[in-house]
Amino acid sequence: MQVQLSGILSQAAGGARCVDCAGATIGELLQALLLKYPEMQSHLDDGIAVAINGEIYRDRRDQPIPANADVFLLPRIQGG
Amino acid sequence: MPYETDYTNQGFSKVGTRVNRPDGVDKVTGRAKYGADANAAGQLVGRILRSPHAHALITKIDTSKAEKLPGVKAVLTGKDFPDLTGGDRGMMNILENCMARGRALYDGHAVAAVAAIDADTANEALKLIKVTYKQLPHVTDVDEAMKPSAPIIHDWVRTTGVTPAPTTASNVAQRTEFGHGDIDAGFAQADVIIEKSFKTEQTHQGYIEPHACLATLGPDGSGELWVTTQGHFTFRNVCASLLGLDVAKLRVTASEIGGGFGGKTHVWTEPVALQLSRRANRPVKLVMSRDEVFKATGPTSSTSVDVKIGAKRNGKITAASAELRYQSGAFPGMWAMLGAMTSFACYDLKNVKSVGFDVLVNRPKVAAYRAPSAPMAAFAVESVVDMVAAELGMDAVEFRIKNAAKKGTKASYGPVYGPIGIGPTLEAVKNHPHMKRKLGKNQGRGVACGFWFNFGGQTCTDLNIGVDGSVNLTVGTVDVGGSRASLALIAAEELGIDYEQVRVTIGDTNSLGHNDTTEGSRGTFSSGMAAIFAARDAVEVLKQRAAATWGIPVEQVVWEAGEARAKGKQNNNLPPLSLKEIAAKSPRTGGPIAGHNEVVADGAGVSFASHMCDVEVDPETGATKILRYTVVQDAGKAIHPDYVEGQFQGGAAQGIGWALNEEYVYGDDGRLQNAGFLDYRIPVCSDLPFIDTQILEIPNPNHPYGVRGVGETSIVPPLAAIGNAVSNAVGVRMDHVPMSPPRILKAIEAAQG
Amino acid sequence: MNGVTVSAKVNGDAVQYVCPPDESLLDVLRNRLNLTGVKEGCGTGDCGACSITLDGRLVCSCLVLGAEAEGREIGTVEGLSEGGKLHTLQEQFIEKAALQCGICTPGFLVAAKVLLERNSNPSEEEIRYALAGNLCRCTGYDKIVRAVQSSAKIMRRGKKASR
Repeated sequence: MQVQLSGILSQAAGGARCVDCAGATIGELLQALLLKYPEMQSHLDDGIAVAINGEIYRDRRDQPIPANADVFLLPRIQGG
Repeated sequence: MPYETDYTNQGFSKVGTRVNRPDGVDKVTGRAKYGADANAAGQLVGRILRSPHAHALITKIDTSKAEKLPGVKAVLTGKDFPDLTGGDRGMMNILENCMARGRALYDGHAVAAVAAIDADTANEALKLIKVTYKQLPHVTDVDEAMKPSAPIIHDWVRTTGVTPAPTTASNVAQRTEFGHGDIDAGFAQADVIIEKSFKTEQTHQGYIEPHACLATLGPDGSGELWVTTQGHFTFRNVCASLLGLDVAKLRVTASEIGGGFGGKTHVWTEPVALQLSRRANRPVKLVMSRDEVFKATGPTSSTSVDVKIGAKRNGKITAASAELRYQSGAFPGMWAMLGAMTSFACYDLKNVKSVGFDVLVNRPKVAAYRAPSAPMAAFAVESVVDMVAAELGMDAVEFRIKNAAKKGTKASYGPVYGPIGIGPTLEAVKNHPHMKRKLGKNQGRGVACGFWFNFGGQTCTDLNIGVDGSVNLTVGTVDVGGSRASLALIAAEELGIDYEQVRVTIGDTNSLGHNDTTEGSRGTFSSGMAAIFAARDAVEVLKQRAAATWGIPVEQVVWEAGEARAKGKQNNNLPPLSLKEIAAKSPRTGGPIAGHNEVVADGAGVSFASHMCDVEVDPETGATKILRYTVVQDAGKAIHPDYVEGQFQGGAAQGIGWALNEEYVYGDDGRLQNAGFLDYRIPVCSDLPFIDTQILEIPNPNHPYGVRGVGETSIVPPLAAIGNAVSNAVGVRMDHVPMSPPRILKAIEAAQG
Repeated sequence: MNGVTVSAKVNGDAVQYVCPPDESLLDVLRNRLNLTGVKEGCGTGDCGACSITLDGRLVCSCLVLGAEAEGREIGTVEGLSEGGKLHTLQEQFIEKAALQCGICTPGFLVAAKVLLERNSNPSEEEIRYALAGNLCRCTGYDKIVRAVQSSAKIMRRGKKASR
């Protein structure tokens, strides 16, 4: 599937805004991404949010990713 | 997925009613206990010595005289906090902010601490500590700090987010970029392009309760911390990690919290108080003064923002771009990134680009402040939106409606939106009676939109049913705005019992599993979700007890209207069993009845608001009076409408203060000039009118009741709404917040040439 | 430092305390008399969280010395309710959701009580100016003003009925 990377995350993928990666769940996807781009580790440590068809998941690694989903990776953010 | 979190469109009998809050009596009688209201036998008074310099090397600290003063039980400096961070830069930044390590980075940076038998002795001891400083060049302005000639705050900072990676130090900690499409092509299609720069000054959350804690830590590594905080579990984890304690051995109890607004999501003095206690082996109470709160705790960023928007004659925006420079104080943050993410989130844009620069300066470490970073970006963007509409000769509301994001829009920060409320809030504004009010001389009206994210996160909740049928719900999210009332309503709704039968308690860190901090408008969203599931868990037990009492299979039992009912013709002779009846029998049917839930409440979604306001500006003095203010916001589902309105009104009032008065004033010496409520003037009762509210309910598809977070978004539009109103009133575009009387007069005079 | 012995009345009860001559009445109330309903928000008289009455007059207790209270009557939030019955203002603050975090509430209640004792039918503007010395950061004051308005109405009705 095509995974879109936002801002600072794309730097860890050599500047790519969109990468090809597979995974049935968020956890699998992030694992696959890490194999491909080891520099992603520090971002994973800081926390990553995954938007699947617009819904943002910050913590749930078992969340399934449907076929043809719009998948977008964001840095984890703070609130007030 | 362990639980079905989808919205079900169920009917409600309790949720949505305006019941009295359960902590009301405690709070109107003075019984409620806040951070500074707890005491322990043998407690000492903790005090902190702070740097008077904006930037200085600490060449020597002599504490010997202070240590010899009778009644002084502990004195600490940076060297008393060994580095246990294992190379974690983020944790080291927290530690260094709590206590300077060889260098003072801002006016108010902690350099030493004492614990003594009383306040007089502690204050005397502070005077006896001799610190030798070597002053260094400083910088407090965000644009100045970005210049190559600026003094470097940290020599280890390399700008992240740029290629190739820099090899020299910079005050720009991070560059972030969001957006899609081709803005050059988009601007080429535009008939009208407006480009403008804006500035906003630094403000403080301004909670009325200063930071306060009572810390006890023994030589065995076991401790207690009573503290005013938005997240006692987070405080526990951070303190334990910085001080080398076992997480389970530090019990943190959240006091009643006298306001937080993001400023109490971070530790400031708590690790110091614990370390003082460990050294003295006595409880230490450490309460900040208001001066310390301003100088050394969480203000928001001051900013400098450029916005460019292009549109066609038909009113469609063809391209939008922004460069946002946010200072994060003396330590890196994510504040410019949040500004870049939120800046254009209200609009449906084909070509959009936001670039954020997170910049270090000699000011206190920036903390989250209610929808952090979004109000400043909204000020700049919504001002230019108004300017483009005016240039096109279009109504500013119609122009926004035409370009509003909707379901399926690719958000400027990346993902695609589900069902969202920006369009409906704008339609509500358009049709609101407020918009028909006639404006008089020197009066102006402004409208602006705002966006913020909602968080879910880790949540753990217990629900215990007493033998009399009353219910205790224990949650781990601190109640900052009335969430106990909302959560009791939810438990009552699920169990089918009276609201008055439920008591909600905020559990300490030893009574529940981890709960994330109450931030990101998550309290009622996430603990509400956990309360629903905990109650449903308890209902399963109630059904089993009823089934056992009747001697029928549990499959034949349903829970309806607060009672177990036996289904099927064969059970016609079995009268229903109420929760009360089942609870009364519980000691003999298997013991206590409880429900429990731990959940990662994801899918919180996003939140939108549109505000309108009328102002009158006195052309002689430059003073602005808010004549009327109206908030329209999507709440998903308002569990307790009073407290949803309260969030709308409170956020608007904070925004009004930010827009018109509040600002940190630094002198050329890098020192804060106005660290008190007299000179840092937050809105008082006579400054404001009644603040009208309209709650929209566009259900969040990812919450069983459709709930969205409501706490933060209301502070996003006011800067821009008031900026647009003042600009319309005086006929000059305001580009600098706060729009204090001198700034307005200056703008009027400049326009008159 | 030599302590000053002070005799005063707090919420109708006679009290005696010893305090240093430079100790604020706020610290006396909170630390010596355990009246922690009186809050400290600033210590400089700017926020009103420590509002009390001194011989019926509204003051910031952080700006009064403990020693100055000799022979005087002090009223705090703890003295507002009578027995088990909340004061009308207390009831209306709960009923009208006029508090969120609640740290400013004791000060507002004391200030509002003084206002209504002097003016049983204040206008919105009079309420807003009377409460302008009390800072609230949560509510935007909207529901506080409404709670004072409804309290005034109920208390006027009560007076009429008892006549």
